[in-house]
Amino acid sequence: MSLSLVTLFLLSIMVFLGGQVLPGNVGRAILGPFADQRAVDALNHTLGVDRPLLTQYGSWIWNFIQGDMGTSYIFRSPVAPFVLDALVNSMKLAAVAFVLVVPIGILGGVIAALNLNRPLDRIISLGGLSVTVLPEFVTGIILILIFGVWLRWLPISAAWPKDAGFFTQLYYLILPSLPLFLVLFGYIARMARSGMIEALDSDYTRTAVLKGLPWRTVIWRHVLRNALLPTITVIATQTGYLIGGLVVIETLFRYQGIGSLIFTAARGKDFPILEAGILTIGIVYAIATLAADFLYSVLNPRIRLGTDQ
Amino acid sequence: MTEKATNALELHDLSVAYRVNGRNRAVLRNLSLTIGQGEAYGLVGESGCGKSTVALTVVRYLPRNGSITGGAISLDGQDVMKLDAEALRRARADSVSMVYQDPGKALNPSLRIGRQLTEIFELGGVSGQAAEDRAIAMLNRVRISDPKSVMQRYPHQLSGGMQQRVAIAMALANDPTMLILDEPTTGLDATVEAEVLDLIAQLRRELSASILFISHNLAVVSNMCDRVGVLYAGMLVEEGPTDRVFSDPRHPYTVALLRCLPRGGQRKDHGRLDTIPGFLPGIGATIKGCAFADRCALATERCRTELPPLYELDDGHGGVRLSRCHYHEQAQALPRATPSDVAAPARKEAPAVLRVEGLNKTYASHGHALRAVKDVSVSLKPGETLGLVGESGSGKTTFARLLLGLVPPDQGGTIELEGKTLAPRLENRSDDQIKAMQIVFQNPDSALNRSHSIRHLISRALKRLAGLKGAALQARLEELVRSVRLTDRHLTVKPRQLSGGLKQRVAIARAFAGEPRIVVCDEPTSALDVSVQAAILNLLADLQSKEDVSYIFISHDLGVVRYLSDKIAVLYLGRIMELGPSENVFAGPHHPCTEALLSAVPKLDQTETARIRLDGEIPSATNPPSGCVFHTRCPRKIGAICEEKEPPLSEAQPGHSIRCHIPYAELARLQAPKQPVPA
Repeated sequence: MSLSLVTLFLLSIMVFLGGQVLPGNVGRAILGPFADQRAVDALNHTLGVDRPLLTQYGSWIWNFIQGDMGTSYIFRSPVAPFVLDALVNSMKLAAVAFVLVVPIGILGGVIAALNLNRPLDRIISLGGLSVTVLPEFVTGIILILIFGVWLRWLPISAAWPKDAGFFTQLYYLILPSLPLFLVLFGYIARMARSGMIEALDSDYTRTAVLKGLPWRTVIWRHVLRNALLPTITVIATQTGYLIGGLVVIETLFRYQGIGSLIFTAARGKDFPILEAGILTIGIVYAIATLAADFLYSVLNPRIRLGTDQ
Repeated sequence: MTEKATNALELHDLSVAYRVNGRNRAVLRNLSLTIGQGEAYGLVGESGCGKSTVALTVVRYLPRNGSITGGAISLDGQDVMKLDAEALRRARADSVSMVYQDPGKALNPSLRIGRQLTEIFELGGVSGQAAEDRAIAMLNRVRISDPKSVMQRYPHQLSGGMQQRVAIAMALANDPTMLILDEPTTGLDATVEAEVLDLIAQLRRELSASILFISHNLAVVSNMCDRVGVLYAGMLVEEGPTDRVFSDPRHPYTVALLRCLPRGGQRKDHGRLDTIPGFLPGIGATIKGCAFADRCALATERCRTELPPLYELDDGHGGVRLSRCHYHEQAQALPRATPSDVAAPARKEAPAVLRVEGLNKTYASHGHALRAVKDVSVSLKPGETLGLVGESGSGKTTFARLLLGLVPPDQGGTIELEGKTLAPRLENRSDDQIKAMQIVFQNPDSALNRSHSIRHLISRALKRLAGLKGAALQARLEELVRSVRLTDRHLTVKPRQLSGGLKQRVAIARAFAGEPRIVVCDEPTSALDVSVQAAILNLLADLQSKEDVSYIFISHDLGVVRYLSDKIAVLYLGRIMELGPSENVFAGPHHPCTEALLSAVPKLDQTETARIRLDGEIPSATNPPSGCVFHTRCPRKIGAICEEKEPPLSEAQPGHSIRCHIPYAELARLQAPKQPVPA
């Protein structure tokens, strides 16, 4: 908990340095090389970037904590609504991908482990691995070509019409979430598979089998829970990626998520949006990791109850 | 179960192979054995001889690459090989159970004990409260006090002994006709081992189950079993009534195994232990004649070409015993592989190399003070061994860590090495002081970096500890390698390519690189087979007499400790309860705590002495008992004084101190008639 706060603090300093200090003269960067020096100074003063660094950081972080993420250089309006809207959009996409990939990935891994070294295992392991190594813009384009252009089953843009209902939004989100599914499927399936193999080979599974328990009880009661513990942590760390790392997919599908927001801000030198976006993603990562640790300790009595005695 | 005249278990001509690199390699070769109803049969042999494979074959739980290549298994008259999946499951549920080593892994870490027990009764159609009640009754049966609270716990919240009791309770819950115990006490403390064995012996009287007892520990088998079979390279080489086989062995392998054990109070200055030269044939090796011929000094041409049959001999009780040796009459004439003679080093009066005064270590544990080591003072002369004995949690390892500076002691105590006070922390000690004190661990696997060659590992130690370079390093390397009896062939390989015994030699070579004054040996042989253990003990004894090095020797095997030690310190809850010359401590009169430890040791000669049973577990060091810390478990407690006043460690005889309120003469009277010496 405190560790993740420290991480966030360090991230905020890096973001601050990257966004406010490194560009040098912010006013000049915005107004361009031909602007009048007085205009630049005036702008710098309005922006507050002529104050001492520590003061700047202090007021920036204090405002951020209170929900004021500053003012966009380009849109000349508060940053917060932009970032929050984009975050909500990203979370929708992540949620769809997550709901698809977690159960199917785990199921795939479990099935592969139960059929170890048989054709089904080979297909799942090899297939999962091959789609994982393909970058998402490649699979994304292929999927657009197949489902959007050729079969015309799904819209090729994720930007749904205004006032679209839940199911319409879902319909628009299926195609963009598929490349994410492909990237994560192999990863999750592989983790679940190795966890299963280890649990199946363990002494406690042998104990359960030799008790004469039916195979299904052995798997459900004794194997699965121990097998999937490590997978849970991996999944949680991927949540951060699903929300923050989707620049390519969001751009490809013209989706207003936080990834594409940051990308646009970076191109437009809109530092307040850039900083707020990155810090927000950092917070999401931290929360996801915390949630994973919490879940892990709830499911693992050894951590929950400590090792007294 | 209908009463049948059939045997509980019959193996007929059983062959099992493991598929490695596309080839079937034989693990069990035409093994036949029979266990009668209610009989306890012991199966002994070194690791790799196929003992556990026998157990796993009987319950049909071979690893994926294992297969039965021939023969038949009949369990209670039922042909196990013909059972389909459902019938096999029923057989496992109804008639056969298994307990194996490492109970910590055998129990599911994420289920409560209660759940793991009740599911067995649910199989029999008993559920809910009735299943709970039966589970509690089962835990009572394995002498677990407070079974209700144990039901609510997870395995990691129980001690090793408790875990094994739970595992035994689970195995007995279905009232099996055949109980397979595969090394059930390996890795447990001597006293816990004794408790578990006691429990099994008692349960045997209460239950009708036949027992297949698998162990590398001959003494344990001799105490538990009616008959014993000796397995070598997947073949039965000798079988007969336990007392006959161990007192009058008829196969050279059995003879050699028995000689490897430090027995009858044997000590390093009496002579070296015998060893078995060479190695077990690898799995799948083609064996033409007798499997043991290559390691047997009695072997002739006939042994190498003609597989000996199982000769049927008279067992002296009108029964039959078996030996797979052409020359079974002469087996006991097997010459020693290692000469016993040893020049006893002349004890010279020398100043102590190590002097420890008033050493304490207190850990903070959940806000309580945990006194892991309390007021320990010892001294050690060059060339001497101090044996540390005591149950787990008695502070042996903490004491060793304090000496090595791995954890700092509390303020006040001093550690002096060759007259100079050592800094409490390793970082503050000089290089000379660090290299003067080295350690050999129990598990050489985790102590050696697996990605380096043996040459690299030893050279690095020579560079770091002895500061050698170039030719000097090469010369010393060769000398060191020779002194631990490794050859050049071993230098190029990586640790995983060596056997456990060879790895331990590398670890010893590493420790001796800097010509240490003191080597701490923390259970250095407990992961090894007896023949390898004998070789390592000999090596340690040889190095000691050659280099005049001192050892702090920690082991739960009292026979081993006795063999190597000049002095013994008996620890209990971090305190020295008894300290004295090894012979005095073992011969007695001794502290009641020592007495209990000694009587817990399984003995080969089956002279069953009345065992002093220590009830319950070692008390928590966060809340030690008042007065004498041993009073809660002491069989010789004399009264209120034991609960009120902690006795001092007082010198009963010159050099022999005991921490007990009972006067020395009184202890001598109580403990006579003198107990037979332990194995």
